[in-house]
Amino acid sequence: MTLAETSNPTLTASILYLDGISVSFDGYKALRSLSLTLAPGEMRAIIGPNGAGKTTMMDVITGKTRPDEGEAMFDGKYDLTRLDEAEIATLGVGRKFQKPTVFENHTVEDNLLLATKAPRGVLATLFGREAPDVRATIDRILVTTRLKDHHARVAGSLSHGQKQWLEIGMLLAQDPKLLLVDEPVAGMTDAETAATAELLREIAENHSVVVVEHDMTFVRELGVKVTCLHEGSVLAEGTLDQVSADPRVVEVYLGR
Amino acid sequence: MSPQLDRIGLVFVVLLAAAAIVVPVLSLATAANSPFNIPPYLVQLFGKYLCYAILAVALDLVWGYCGILSLGHGAFFALGGYAMGMYLMRQIGTRGVYANPILPDFMVFLNWKALPVAWWGFNWFPYAMLMIVLVPGLLALAFGWFAFRSRVTGVYLSIITQAMTFALFKEFFRNDFGFGGNNGLTDFKDLVGFSLQSASTKAALFSASAIALILAYFVARAIIGSKYGKALVAVRDAESRMRFLGYRVENYKLFAFVVSAVMAGVAGALYVPQVGIINPSEFAPANSIEAAIWVAVGGRATLVGAAIGAIAVNFAKTWFTGAFPEYWLYGLGGLFVLVTLFLPRGLLGLLLRPQRETAPTPEAPALAIEEGADP
Repeated sequence: MTLAETSNPTLTASILYLDGISVSFDGYKALRSLSLTLAPGEMRAIIGPNGAGKTTMMDVITGKTRPDEGEAMFDGKYDLTRLDEAEIATLGVGRKFQKPTVFENHTVEDNLLLATKAPRGVLATLFGREAPDVRATIDRILVTTRLKDHHARVAGSLSHGQKQWLEIGMLLAQDPKLLLVDEPVAGMTDAETAATAELLREIAENHSVVVVEHDMTFVRELGVKVTCLHEGSVLAEGTLDQVSADPRVVEVYLGR
Repeated sequence: MSPQLDRIGLVFVVLLAAAAIVVPVLSLATAANSPFNIPPYLVQLFGKYLCYAILAVALDLVWGYCGILSLGHGAFFALGGYAMGMYLMRQIGTRGVYANPILPDFMVFLNWKALPVAWWGFNWFPYAMLMIVLVPGLLALAFGWFAFRSRVTGVYLSIITQAMTFALFKEFFRNDFGFGGNNGLTDFKDLVGFSLQSASTKAALFSASAIALILAYFVARAIIGSKYGKALVAVRDAESRMRFLGYRVENYKLFAFVVSAVMAGVAGALYVPQVGIINPSEFAPANSIEAAIWVAVGGRATLVGAAIGAIAVNFAKTWFTGAFPEYWLYGLGGLFVLVTLFLPRGLLGLLLRPQRETAPTPEAPALAIEEGADP
C-alpha cells in the first residue's frame, strides 16, 4: 500500500479514483484511458452497450485484472493495482456478480455467515468463536433482503430474484465502504426490480455504490448520476436525462 | 453435514470400535478350529482395508469438500509407508542376510560403506513417527503452495498430482536414490520389539488401524463442522466469490491438502507392517486413481462413504482377483461407470434419504475448470 501524493484534491476527496486506465487482452482494448471518480457516499449508475468495458472496469477495481496503465486508487490512499482480490476485499470493496453467485450448497444463513465481517484466516475460522453480535447482524440483513422466512433453506433452491438479494445481503454482511453491483435486476420481474431499486437506495444511504445496469427503467428509479461507457472510455456523464439526450449516446445505443 | 449422515458416521465409528476389540479377541482367544476363529491372514487383510479406508477419508476431505481431485494421494501414502519401512529395516540389524548391524542388506549388496543421511535416526521409533507425518506433510505443503498460489485448479491440478506421484515412482526405482530401488524394503522382523509374524502383533496392528480410522474420521468431521469447513465447501462451489469476500483461498486449500496428506502418510505407515513390504509400485499413478474410485463408489463428500467405498471395493478386488484375475480392471471400470450412472451419491446414497429438492447435488466440481463466478 502506498500513500499517494496528497497534492491531488480530487484524489484525496474520493472513495474511488480511476485515472487513465487501459486494459487490453490479446490486442483487444477493453478499456482505453478510462477515468472516473466517485465521492464517498455517492451512488453511481454505469450504463453502456455490451463490450463497453463495464465488467472489465469492475475487474480492475477488485484486483482481478491488472491494468496496463493508469492509476486506480481506493479511499484516496490505497493503490488497487498493487493488491490482490482478497486484500482489496478486506480494505472494504464488495462486489456482486452479474450472474448471481451464492454458495448453493449452504443455507441462506451460512451464506451470510461466511460474508460477515470477521477474521478470514484459516486458524481464525478453524478455532475461532462466533462474535456475539453476528447473529443479530445476520437477522437484520435477513429482514432487509426479505429472506427471513427462507433463512434455513439451501441457497441453491432459491428463486433467481432471491439469489440476487441474497448476494446483495452478503455484500451488506461484508459491510464494505464501496459496493460494486453488476446488473442486479437482470432476469427479475418488474415487482422484483422495483423492490431491488428500493433496497439499493437504502444501502446507498451509508455506502458508496457503483451499479452497472442495462435496464433504463431501473436506472431511472435509482435517480442518481449516470456514467455512460463506450468502447472502454467515458462517453457522457450527468443525470439520466442529460445523458440520454446526448446525441453520441443515442448513436451508440441505437446505431446510426 | 446432515444430521442423518452424522448418525451413519456414528454407527460406523461404533462398529469400528467394536471390531477393534472383538477381532483380536476372536483371533487370539479362540481355538484355530472354532467356527468363531478369525485366522491371522484375514485379520491382516482387513487391517489392510482399514488403511485404505484412512486414505479414502483423507482424499474425501480434499476432493469431496474442497473440490481438489488429487490423483497423487498414493504418493503421500507411500511416503508414510517408506518412513515406516525404513524404521523396520533398521530394526532387522544383524538378523539380515549380511548381518551388518547398521546397514540394511541392500546397501551391503550395493557395496555402500556408510548409512546415507536420509536414513539417520530411523532406528529410533519416535523419529520415524515424526517422519511419517512430516515427510508427506512437507511435500504437500511445498506442492500445494506452488499449485494453489498459481491458481491451478480442476483437471490441470489432477494432472500435476499424477505427475508428482509418477516422478516419485521413477525416482524410487533407482538404486542410487537409496531406498532399495526396484525391490523396495522388505524382510521386516519386528516393530518396537514385537514380531511381525505373530498373530498378536497382527491383531494389534488391526486394532491400531481401526483406531486410526476412527481418529481420521473425527478429525475430518471436526474440520468440516467448523466455520473453516463451511468456507472450504464455499471455495469448492464458488472459488472467486470467496476471493471477493476477502478469503485467502490458497491458504484454505493448502491447509486441507496438508492435513489430508498427513492422514494418508499415517495410513501408509500402518499398511507397511501389515503387508510386509513397501516398494516403488505404491507410487504407481494407477494406485492414486484407484483411491479416487473408492471415494466415488462410496459417496463423495460423506467421509463415511469414502471409508465404506475403500473397504467394499478392496473386498471385491480380493475376491475378483482370486476368481477372475485377468478381468479385475474391467470389473473396476464397470463398477465406476455403474456408480457414476446410477448412484451419483455412491453406495452411501442408498442409505441416505432421497435427495430433498432443496439440496442440489454437488455436481462434479473437481473436473469443471474454475467454476465460476465470472460473468
